[in-house]
Amino acid sequence: MAHIQLLEPDIRILRRRNSILNALRKVVPELEIISDEDGRRAFESDALTAYRQMPLAVVLPKTTEQVSRLLKFCRQNKIKVMARGAGTSLSGGALPYEDGIIIGVSRMNKLLSVDYKNRTAHVQTGITNLGISSAVQSRGFFYAPDPSSQLACTLAGNIAMNSGGAHCLKYGVTTNNVLGVKVVLMSGEIIEIGGAHVDQPGYDLLGLIIGSEGQFGIVTEATVRILRSAEAARPMLIGFGSSEAAGQCVASIIASGIIPVALEFMDKPAIHVCENFSHAGYPLDVEALLIVEVEGSNEEIESLLQKIVEIAEEFEPLVVRISESEEQSAAIWKGRKSAFGAIGQISDYYCMDGTIPTGRLPEVLTKISEICSRYGLRVANIFHAGDGNLHPLVLYDANDPDEVERAELAGAEILRYCVRVGGCLTGEHGVGIEKRDLMYDQFSKTDLAQQVRIKNMIDPDWLLNPGKVFPLAELPDELEG
Amino acid sequence: MVHVVRPSEERELSHFIAEANDSGTPLEVRGAGTKKLIGRPINAGAIISSESLNGITLYEPSELVLSAGAGTPLADIEDLLARHNQQLAFEPIDIGPALGEQPNKGSIGAVFATNLSGSRRIFSGSARDHFLGMRAINGRGELFKSGGRVMKNVTGYDLCRALTGSWGTLAFMTEVTMKVLPINEESATLLFLGLPDDIAIDLMCDAMGTPFEVSAASHIHHSLTAGIAPAELADRKRSITALRLENFSRSVSYRKERLKDALRTYGEIETLDNESSCRFWSEMRSLRFLQGNHTPVWRILTAPGNGARLVHSIQAHHPEARPVYDWSGGLIWLLMPALSDAGISEVRRAVGSHGGHATLIRGDQTIRSSVDVFHPLDSGPMRITQKLKKVFDPEGILNPGRMYQGI
Repeated sequence: MAHIQLLEPDIRILRRRNSILNALRKVVPELEIISDEDGRRAFESDALTAYRQMPLAVVLPKTTEQVSRLLKFCRQNKIKVMARGAGTSLSGGALPYEDGIIIGVSRMNKLLSVDYKNRTAHVQTGITNLGISSAVQSRGFFYAPDPSSQLACTLAGNIAMNSGGAHCLKYGVTTNNVLGVKVVLMSGEIIEIGGAHVDQPGYDLLGLIIGSEGQFGIVTEATVRILRSAEAARPMLIGFGSSEAAGQCVASIIASGIIPVALEFMDKPAIHVCENFSHAGYPLDVEALLIVEVEGSNEEIESLLQKIVEIAEEFEPLVVRISESEEQSAAIWKGRKSAFGAIGQISDYYCMDGTIPTGRLPEVLTKISEICSRYGLRVANIFHAGDGNLHPLVLYDANDPDEVERAELAGAEILRYCVRVGGCLTGEHGVGIEKRDLMYDQFSKTDLAQQVRIKNMIDPDWLLNPGKVFPLAELPDELEG
Repeated sequence: MVHVVRPSEERELSHFIAEANDSGTPLEVRGAGTKKLIGRPINAGAIISSESLNGITLYEPSELVLSAGAGTPLADIEDLLARHNQQLAFEPIDIGPALGEQPNKGSIGAVFATNLSGSRRIFSGSARDHFLGMRAINGRGELFKSGGRVMKNVTGYDLCRALTGSWGTLAFMTEVTMKVLPINEESATLLFLGLPDDIAIDLMCDAMGTPFEVSAASHIHHSLTAGIAPAELADRKRSITALRLENFSRSVSYRKERLKDALRTYGEIETLDNESSCRFWSEMRSLRFLQGNHTPVWRILTAPGNGARLVHSIQAHHPEARPVYDWSGGLIWLLMPALSDAGISEVRRAVGSHGGHATLIRGDQTIRSSVDVFHPLDSGPMRITQKLKKVFDPEGILNPGRMYQGI
């Protein structure tokens, strides 16, 4: 897969590789500079595996101050920097540069303190997403955003991409759950924004940093909100004879005033793969399946689920199954959360992430099938139905260059259609390199210019994660590929 | 008298701002003007108002989304939502009456431009958290958009949040799109009387740490309860600590009992049923406790657990300072005695040692001209703030100096 153009490496930097490595060793003598081929290989791509580039070197600092020294050095020497969490990005957001170094935050992974009274946790951002919840679980608390990769992905990556997850319908995404950050700018300057209180004085710089795809600075510490868990939660499965019926049921549930904690959709191909993988008890003879989860006491759950069943009846469900035990609930979620992995076992796939107005769901699903069949590809649909965040998985064979290209073209067409019906290119995975060139479909030149000016302001040399988010034509002339 | 311009089309507004940019004419940016007395005074050549950008352009109840011209009265939006049994979950406060303006006159654009959020912020988030998309005109007169009309969107930089709370100093918003949510079937409020501030904070933090989804937690100074709590309670002249539950009726009944059980050690509990509970929080929302007087008011944000200590350290110098705590103690409205400097040194010192930030939300023009109304920024964030201002408004014509000198 090679039709996304990558930035041309700066030959002057490549020629100086040895002297840069030596200089780096002096900048952070206490740290290992990973420079051998095997060591760097582990960092050559993220979860958009079709694109790979060997970084010049990899450094895994242990303190904010080391990050500061490294950035200052890179700024002075005009060396590109890719800040990396766990490398789980699906959009190529963590693709490194041959002429740039990776600064990984994975060794800054400590939970610094928890304040149960104020319901906050202060952490280093290399901590995994699930690591935060695990640390506070014994006291009945959790950290709300829950991307499918939560076992591996870091808070740093979540902050870069403003990650969501299955439960954000009720609890919001990363930007709604982070109160403060310590960030190192490209100049090496360390600044703190926000803190243990809500809202900041002055402009909402936190809102700007979160979701800036690592182009603003490297966030090394954060204060996040932790929430008290509900007394209990229980999912149910509702299977339908058509995607349209499932889509209408979603709209109807929301219109009734119930905001389930999660409302997930799977189509037939996805159901079959996930069931084979996780044996969650998903019905195999339905065209579309909703996983609806509600929270509260057992009595509250019964009452809410009953309301949802009544709503669903109108759309002639083929299966209505309420989880009857913790084990069943876990299996239902295991199936959903391992969906990408399960599909990955049967085929290579290209995971899209457009969001659409939920009212356009049936129409968009029909269009997705049409697009994929036109390109001779199969597709499985799994997504967050309550907020219209689609994840069509376009299946292809990575060893067949023609199929690879068709998958990319089909994906782009799907995303353009999402934008055309009033949606957007990405709901939670970020733009990265993958959707960079589609930005013109969603934004005008003026819209993009306003964003580009911010990048120019914060990182005038475009050294932090360049070549992502914005089409290359929007970059200052000397940086274009 | 400064000329007020009320363009009804984006193009007209864009031309007007572009011309002001060319001529270097400072503009006062406003909606209905109900909050014009907040911030540093502006010396503007003209006032541009969004009032004629009025109208709801999109409302899809089953998609929980609404778009409106920035000048649309908040009241119109809430009326329409209520007819569909929906609401703005962040419960924007009506600050006008506390500043001597008519109630319910604010515009929706200003709600986002000032990030006004009410008591439910502690549970449901603030205006910023429900802001999905916008169209705006920068200081160059260029129309740009950010975000969209869908619930989840990480496409490009998040300019919506960058503009939230920027008080019209970065760009002029012309249309805003927001997430809306269902109105809860029932509301109930537990009241505790006569608790000292520190115990009340403990109580509120404990309540917020339960699984019962307390949607507001406030503590009102004994002299400020009139007009908020039912008369028979307010008449007792004791402080009132209030915890609100909202949900389906069945859940409210259940949670009310569980919450009472959990908090019984804090003393006797009064309960407000649905109607009185709604009335109580509606009065909180209009900041009833700030109405009818004119002395300086600070709006202080801090970690909830620090709220009482912070206030006490100010009261050590100004014993007459009276607090209303909201957001479980994380937001403090501090009503000061009539001081010519609004007690700024003590307020800023207290915030400095306990963490957070303070804005002088009410103060006469002399005070506002002479002190930092908004909380001073550290040098790092200030440098970014200055650069960000230049990025959006290079000539510094939009609400210049409203928040900070030179911003």
